[in-house]
Parts: sequence; C-alpha cells; structure tokens
Amino acid sequence: MASRPELKAPPEIFYNDTEARKYTSSSRIIEIQAKLSERALELLALPDDGVPRLLLDIGCGSGLSGETLSEHGHQWIGLDISQSMLNIAVEREVEGDLLLGDMGQGLGFRPGVIDGAISISAVQWLCNADKSSHEPRLRLKAFFGSLYRCLARGARAVFQVYPESIAQRELILSAAMRAGFAGGVVIDFPHSTKSRKEFLVLTCGPPSIRSELPKGKEGDMESCSDDDSSEDEENQTVCISDRHRPRKKQKITKKGKGREWVLKKKEQMRRKGNVVPPDSKYTARKRKGRF
Amino acid sequence: MRLLTHNMLSSNIKGVTNGFPLRIEVEKAIEKQVDFNPDFLKNMFPKIDWKALLDASRTMGYAELPDETPDSSMLDSDEFLRKFHHALLELHLEEGALVCPETGRKFPVNKGIPNMLLHEDEV
Ligand SMILES: C[S@@+](CC[C@H](N)C(=O)[O-])C[C@H]1O[C@@H](n2cnc3c(N)ncnc32)[C@H](O)[C@@H]1O
Repeated sequence: MASRPELKAPPEIFYNDTEARKYTSSSRIIEIQAKLSERALELLALPDDGVPRLLLDIGCGSGLSGETLSEHGHQWIGLDISQSMLNIAVEREVEGDLLLGDMGQGLGFRPGVIDGAISISAVQWLCNADKSSHEPRLRLKAFFGSLYRCLARGARAVFQVYPESIAQRELILSAAMRAGFAGGVVIDFPHSTKSRKEFLVLTCGPPSIRSELPKGKEGDMESCSDDDSSEDEENQTVCISDRHRPRKKQKITKKGKGREWVLKKKEQMRRKGNVVPPDSKYTARKRKGRF
Repeated sequence: MRLLTHNMLSSNIKGVTNGFPLRIEVEKAIEKQVDFNPDFLKNMFPKIDWKALLDASRTMGYAELPDETPDSSMLDSDEFLRKFHHALLELHLEEGALVCPETGRKFPVNKGIPNMLLHEDEV
C-alpha cells in the first residue's frame, strides 16, 4: 500500500464528501469490501438456522459492508465517525440504521443485546492520536470494553484490519484480550503479498469451543483461478473465496418485487403524507450476487 | 433510526449510570415497509425492553402495542407479531432528538441519523 489513509488525516476529515463519493463509486473497492465482509460474516459463525440476527457494523462508512449483512437477511446498526460517508449510505438507501459516532469513545448500547459485530478496514484508525486528547490505548480500551458489554455471551466480533506493523497488531489484540475477549488473528493466504488478509476473531465470554480460532485460508492463488484461465500474477485481485469449499446452503433469492412495484408503493406512501426518499437510479436496484 | 435501534441505545456520557431509555423528541417521523420475519421477531423479543418500546411507539404516534409486557405465548399470535414488527422495524425517527434521561443532553437526529458524538468533557 503506497499511502495509508490513516496517516493523512483524521477519519472524519479524510472521508469528506469528495473522498466518500470516490470511495463508494470505485467498483474495485466495492468488490473488495464485499468479499471482506462476506468472509467476516462467515467467521462470525452465526448459528446456521436461517434466523436473522441483530449485528453491528463498526466503521460502516457508506454501507458497503452492511449491504452484505442485509443480503444475508440480517438487521444491522452501523456506526461511523464520518458524516460524509453516512450521507452516501443514506443516498444508497441501506437497510441498516446509522449512527454518527466515534468508536474510540465507546459504544452506548445496553448490555448483552447484540448478536455479533463486524468491522471492515476501520479499527486500525484507532491506533492514531488525531487530537491532543487522544490516547490510542485508552480509546482502544473504551472501544473493546463497551463492545464486550453489549455483545451477547458467546457472540463473536470479527474485525478485518490493516495493521501498519506488528506492534500495532499487538496493541489492538492486547486491548481486546484485556477487555475479556478470547480469540486471535486469522490470516487468509499468509504467503501472498497481494491477497493476504488479516481478521481479528474475538469471542465474548469464557473460553469454550466457540473461542477456538478458525483456520485461515491456505494455499495460493490457484485455488481461486479457473483451471483454464491464464495465470496473470500482476492482475490478480484479492481473492479469499475458495471454490473447492462446499457452499453453505444458498438461500434461494426470492424474485424481487421489482422497480415498478417499489415506485408504486413509494408513490402511495407519499400520497399518505409520508416522507419517502426520492426515487433514484438506486431505487430497487438489483443486489449483487453472492460470492 | 428505527425503534429497534432506540431500544438498544443508551447514553454513553461519562458518569451517567442510567442512560436508558433515551427520550425521543419527534420533529418528523416516517414509515418504511420492511419484510415481515417472525423468526427475527421471536429471537429479538426476549431482549426488548417493552416499556421503552411501548413509550417510544406512542411518542411516534403508534398506539397499537399492548400496555402490559406480553408474555412469550403472545409470540404465537400473528396479530401481535405484526404490531410488534411495525413498531420495531417500520417506524423511523427522521428528524428530532434523543435526550439523555439523566443529564438532559440532546443528541440531534438528522436525516434519520442520531449524532452520538460526545464532547471532549463527556468522554
Ligand atoms: C475504509 S472505510 C470502510 C467502510 C466500510 N466498512 C466498508 O467496508 O466499505 C473505514 C471507515 O472507518 C471509519 N472510522 C474511522 N475511525 C473511526 C472511529 N473512530 N469511529 C467510527 N468510525 C471510524 C471511517 O470514517 C471510514 O468510513
């Protein structure tokens, strides 16, 4: 990574209107974030009973990660410090609820009510001191402590992080352990510079089978390239899905109601005097498929 | 913000011991249709603070929820589940404020997003 955004400016300044829009209109970023979120959700290891859960998306940004949660039917609450990113999330009509907040100030939720949390490419921001009043250690402590309290016992939190250094990873991990979490780091494709991805997988509550660390994905890029496709090392993008892994039961996607129907409904609601988001090209758009 | 989220949120200000529930001030409330999922509702029900949901739904202009905390046998009633669903997931506070019950500090809500950022002396 040539330049790390965390080193440029505080997040609420870095992710301004321009950057937020740029971020959310890059098809490469959309794809990468969706894959990371998909993998984080898999590592959350929610019970395989088809029941939607209440999840947190910490540093939810413009909603790219949350959309993956919605696609799996879950309800979510997203927290972000950047108003510009949240504005884009509103524009995209994400299904989760959004909160403007700073994870370093701790999360204000009732104890034990949340079924799981993901955070994609956000927690490394906490390691910076952006204001004189910021002390990374204290902010990490406030964050992990409050997260631990609001999660149901046995629930997991999965963070995809880009730590700047080993010391930074240690800093984050030790703050999590001190808050009472069990778990550790799962690394997918550790031997590939391009596709290597780190996930902090934490379990709330006393150590149990639940807190045993899942395995990272091994192997090299072969597992995700078609046999007949030419191996073009330079153009490989992040790939964390493994084709040889049996797919989890795939929910048969209901035939959506379609744009017509949605527009009609919105019009009805407007006539009833309700305030309804304006129609845009995003209204009732097709969701991306699963990976 | 839906009442589901309101039911989970509490005031996080330093020194506040009972920050739940946040009082709702409504300037504008809207409704958005959400797919009905009884499994989610049944799973969520034990975690809901009924009194807070009841008061919040009334503040938002919806008066159909029962006064008494329903016991779990109510979860077999489709009629009850639909009301619960509506109150929990379809009512949105679009503009207004959430007020800390202990300090009276207001967290403004704009475009449906509560601003929960604390001032430095509140951390
Ligand atoms: C790379 S973006 C990822 C957004 C989203 N999770 C996704 O996958 O597209 C990182 C996000 O973390 C947010 N962030 C950084 N520091 C934060 C903090 N202290 N509290 C809440 N959000 C924060 C930023 O505002 C930004 O939206």
